[in-house]
Amino acid sequence: MSVPIGIESLNYEFPGHRPAGQFAPVLVGVVGSGNMEVMLEPASTSTCRFAVQTSARGFGAIWEAVLRDFQQRHGLAGVSVSINDMGATPAVVSLRLAQAAAEIE
Amino acid sequence: MTHHPHPLNPRVSFAECPARERIALLFDEDTFKEWITPAQRVMSPHLAQLGVPSSFDDGVAIGEARLDGHTVFVAAQEGEFMGGGVGEVHGAKLVGLFKRALRDRPAAVVLLAESGGVRLHEANAGLIAVSEVMRALLDVRAAGIPVIVLIGGANGCFGGMGIVARCADHIVMSDIGRLAMSGPEVIEASHGVEEFDSRDRALVWRTTGGKHRYLLGDCDQLVDDDVQAFRAAAIAALAKRRPLSADVLEKEHALLAQRLVDGRETRDAVELWQRIGVTQAARVPDMNATQVRALRSREESTQ
Repeated sequence: MSVPIGIESLNYEFPGHRPAGQFAPVLVGVVGSGNMEVMLEPASTSTCRFAVQTSARGFGAIWEAVLRDFQQRHGLAGVSVSINDMGATPAVVSLRLAQAAAEIE
Repeated sequence: MTHHPHPLNPRVSFAECPARERIALLFDEDTFKEWITPAQRVMSPHLAQLGVPSSFDDGVAIGEARLDGHTVFVAAQEGEFMGGGVGEVHGAKLVGLFKRALRDRPAAVVLLAESGGVRLHEANAGLIAVSEVMRALLDVRAAGIPVIVLIGGANGCFGGMGIVARCADHIVMSDIGRLAMSGPEVIEASHGVEEFDSRDRALVWRTTGGKHRYLLGDCDQLVDDDVQAFRAAAIAALAKRRPLSADVLEKEHALLAQRLVDGRETRDAVELWQRIGVTQAARVPDMNATQVRALRSREESTQ
C-alpha cells in the first residue's frame, strides 16, 4: 500500500454559541516533531472554523473527533483556527488548542 | 504570552523557552512590537512543495522592543522548527531587520540565535540569505550600532549562523549553548566516528559548548541557563562597542593564528585549555558559569 506524499489539508466548521469578539491573533506551539502551532484569529462567522495543514496524512477522522470535542467544550463563535501540524498526537492537539483558547477567554 | 515562574524557583531556563517566550521574558515587559506577524502568513514558498509543514513566521520573530528602557531591534530564531534553519523568508526577515536598523538607528540589534544553519530544503535561497545577513550585519556594525548575539538554545548555533554570530560585536552564551561551524553529526559523517563521536555528549559540549567558547575567547560573556542572566548580560553589552577597525581584525587574526599553534596535536579540549593556561582545566566540565568566568586569564580584549 502506498501512502501519497505531501501535506494534507483538512477543513472543518462547527457551530458555536460564545462569540469571541475582537482580539489580537494568538499563536501557540511550534511546528516541530510531534508538535504543532495553532493560530486563533477573529472571524465574521457565528461558527468556529478549523484549517489544518498536516504532514501526517490519513488521519482526518481523528482530527474531526478531536476538534469536535474541543468545540463542544469551548463553543467558540467568530473564531478561525489555523493549524500547522508535524505529527502531534491527539493529546498534544487538545492541549495546544486549550492553551490557545485560554489566551482569548 | 505569559509565563509564571515557580515561586520557589524563579529561574526560567532560556534553553527550555520557545523563541517567543524568550522575547517576552528577556525584554522590558510588553514592549515587543512584531514586524511581519504570523497572521500575515509570510511563509516559505518551498516547504509545502516538498511535503514539509510550514510555519506562520517561518521560524523567526522580528521586531522592536525595549531593553532596560533602550529601543532595540530583536530577532529570535525558533530552534524547534526545522532546527532553526535559515530558509528564504526566514533569512529575508533577518536581512530586513538589519537594513531597517541602518535607517532607524536603534540602541542595538539583539539576535537570539538558535539554528543549525542553512535550511537544506531551500539550500540555495538559504545560502544566499545567510550571506546577505552577514553583509547587513556588518553594515550595521560599521554604522556604529552594536549587534549582540545570545546563544543558549538546545539546538546551538551552527553553520552559516555560527559565522553570523562571530560577525557580531558581542556574544553571550550559556554553558548549554553551542557555537561552531559544522555540527557534531556532520563532522562524524564526513570524518568518521574515530574523529568525532557525535553521540558522546560530553565530548560535543567540551568542543562546542559555552564554557569552551568562553575560555577560548570566542564568546564575550558566559552566563547560567537563566533568561534573566541573559537579560543582564545583554544590558551590559549595550555599553560595549567594538569598532570594526583594521586593528580589531588584526587582533582577531592573531588570536586565530595562535589557536592553530596551541591546538597542534591536542586530542581534546581539556588539553587545549591546559595549553592556553587555564588552571584546573580537567575540572572545567563540572564547574558552573561563575567558576568558569573566574578562570579566564586573558583580559577582556575589547573593553
